[in-house]
Amino acid sequence: MSDIHDEKIKELEVKANEVRQTIIEMLTEAGSGHTAGPLGMADIFTAFYFHILNHDPKKPDWEERDRLILSNGHIVPVQYAAMAHAGYFPLEETKTLRKFGSRLQGHPEREKLPGLENTSGPLGSGLSQSAGIAYGARMDGKKFRIYCLLSDGEHDAGNLWEGAMFAGKNKLSNLTAIIDRNNIQINGMTEDVMPLEPLREKYEAFNWHVIDIDGHNIEEIVNAVEQAKAIFEKPTLIIAHTIPGKGIKDIEFDYTWHGKPPKPEEAKKFLKELRTLGGKIESEHE
Amino acid sequence: MINKNAKLVPNVFEKNKIEQNPTRDGFGRGLVEAGEKDEKVVALCADLSESTRMQWFEEKFPERYIEIGVAEQNLATVASGLANYGKIPFIASYAVFSPGRNNEQIRTTISLNNVPVKIVGSHAGVSVGSDGATHQALEDIALMRVQPNMVVLVPADVEEARKATIACAKLDAPVYLRLARAKSPMFTTSDTPFEIGKAEVLFESEKPEVAIIVCGNLVHNALLAANELEKEGTSVTVINSHTIKPMDTKTILKEAKKAGAVVTIEEHQIAGGMGSAVAEVLVQESPMPIEFIGVHNEFGQSGDPNELIEHYGMGVESIKKAVKKVIKRK
Repeated sequence: MSDIHDEKIKELEVKANEVRQTIIEMLTEAGSGHTAGPLGMADIFTAFYFHILNHDPKKPDWEERDRLILSNGHIVPVQYAAMAHAGYFPLEETKTLRKFGSRLQGHPEREKLPGLENTSGPLGSGLSQSAGIAYGARMDGKKFRIYCLLSDGEHDAGNLWEGAMFAGKNKLSNLTAIIDRNNIQINGMTEDVMPLEPLREKYEAFNWHVIDIDGHNIEEIVNAVEQAKAIFEKPTLIIAHTIPGKGIKDIEFDYTWHGKPPKPEEAKKFLKELRTLGGKIESEHE
Repeated sequence: MINKNAKLVPNVFEKNKIEQNPTRDGFGRGLVEAGEKDEKVVALCADLSESTRMQWFEEKFPERYIEIGVAEQNLATVASGLANYGKIPFIASYAVFSPGRNNEQIRTTISLNNVPVKIVGSHAGVSVGSDGATHQALEDIALMRVQPNMVVLVPADVEEARKATIACAKLDAPVYLRLARAKSPMFTTSDTPFEIGKAEVLFESEKPEVAIIVCGNLVHNALLAANELEKEGTSVTVINSHTIKPMDTKTILKEAKKAGAVVTIEEHQIAGGMGSAVAEVLVQESPMPIEFIGVHNEFGQSGDPNELIEHYGMGVESIKKAVKKVIKRK
C-alpha cells in the first residue's frame, strides 16, 4: 500500500520539473556552481519540501519542525530552489545565488538564510551534526524527525563513518539519512576513485536499517520515508539511486557536469527540454 | 607588590607551601556546577573522561554524558548538532586532538555555523611531560584565535579554570578553553575577580619599567619573577591575560603604555599565540619593545614538567632575563 495518492504524485512531479528549471536558471545566472547533483536530487527535495517535511516556511524557527540537514553543501542550489518554490523566500532571489551580498551563498550558511538548518560544504560532517540534533531531541522527548541528505562521494571521509557508528550505537531512530547514490564524484566514478560497495552491508553492519529506492520515483521516496518512521530500534538509511543531471539528456550520467554551470545558450536548450518534457509537449514559453 | 584587589592567597610567593592542582581539576568541578545550574549543559568526550576530569560530570549526570570514542571529528560535529538543537555541549579531549585533529570541523560546523559549543583542550603545553611532543599542544591558541566568533580562554590556575568553565557555559558563543595536565600553584581564591574579556592586574608598581602579560600556568612564575625583580630594584606589573580573544585591549594598552615595554609569556609557540595577539594590538596603537617567552619554532619532548618549562625558557630566571633585556631595548 502506498502512502501517497496518484494525484499528489503527479503534482509533485510537475513541481520537481519547476525546481529543475529554477536550478538551470540560477546556475546560469551565477556563472559557477554544480549542476549534475542538484538536478539529480530535484525529485527528492521536492518530495521533502512539498510533502514529507512537517514545516512552515513562514515560521522557519518553529521548534517542532522536522530538520532537513544538507551534508553535501555543494548541491544547495536544489535546496534553494525547493525552498523558494515552497515560500521561504521570493523566487526572484534565486537569481542572487553566489553573488556578493546574497543570502544564497555558494555553500549553505545557517545564519545567512532563515530555514537553512546548518552550515556545510566541507564533506563528511552532516551525518554527525544530524545525529547530534537527533540525540538532543530524543533527550527532550521531541517528536520531530531529522533528515540528513548525503552524497555518495563524501563516504570517502572518516568523519562520516564516525557519525554512522555513533547513530547506530545510539539507535537514533528519529534520524533518517538519504544517500544520493549517483556514482559520480569530481575525479570520476565513485567505484574508481574509492570503492564504496557494498554500501548497504556496511551500514547494516553499523546497525542501520537500509532501504534501496529509485531516487526519481516520488512514490518510492515517500514510502521509504514512511517506512523509516516505523523502525524504532535503528536509524534508517535510504540509498536513493539517482541519475546525475536527471531531466536533461546532455547532462545525465556525465561526471564532467559535477562542478560546472550551463552556458546561456545551453541553458536555453535545457529549459526547453524541461518545459516540453523532452519534446513530448509544446512549451507555452515558445 | 601584589594588587590587593586581586585577592590572591596570602602566601602567594611561597611556591612550595601553596596547594598544587592541575587546571583540568578546576574544569571538572566547574562543569559539575554548570550542569547543576543549567540542565541544557551536556558533556561529550573522546575516550578521555578520566584524564580530562569530565568523568566527574559523567558520574553526577550520566544521562547527560555522551561517549564519542576516539573520534574527535565526530566529537566536534555531534556537538555542533546538539548546540544547533539547543543544548550547551562541552567537548573534551587533549588539545592536540581537539582542536588539533578536528580543526576544519570546528571551523565550519561550530565557528562559521556560530553555535555555542565549548571546546575543552586539556594537556596543552610542554608541561604534559613524559608523553612527549605528540601529546604537547603548542599551536592550539593560534588555531582557535584566528576563527571568527570563537572566544579563547586560558585559565591561570585550578580555581580560575572552575570559574572560566561556569562563565563559558553562560556565554552564548563558541569557546575554546585551554587546560593543563600538570599541577600548578593555586594562587587565586574564590574572591579573585574573573570576567571573560577582562585582564587582571595581579602585581603592580608605581613606576613600572615593564608590563609582563602572561596566561595559564605560567602566571605564577611571572609573579615569582616580579617579586624577585622588585627586591632587586626593577619594577614591573603582571597582567593575567586569561582571555586571549576577545582581548582586553583597554587594560593591555593602559598597562603597556604605563611601562613602555612588554614581556609576554605563554606555554605555546611564539608564532600566533597570546604574545602575537598582544603584539598585534601594540604595533597598531603604541609600538614598543616586546620580548616573547614561549616555545620558539620547535616541538616539545619527554621529561618532567618543571624540567621542560625550564628547558624551553619559561622559568623564573628566563622571565627575569627577558625583563632586563627588554628594558635595555627601550
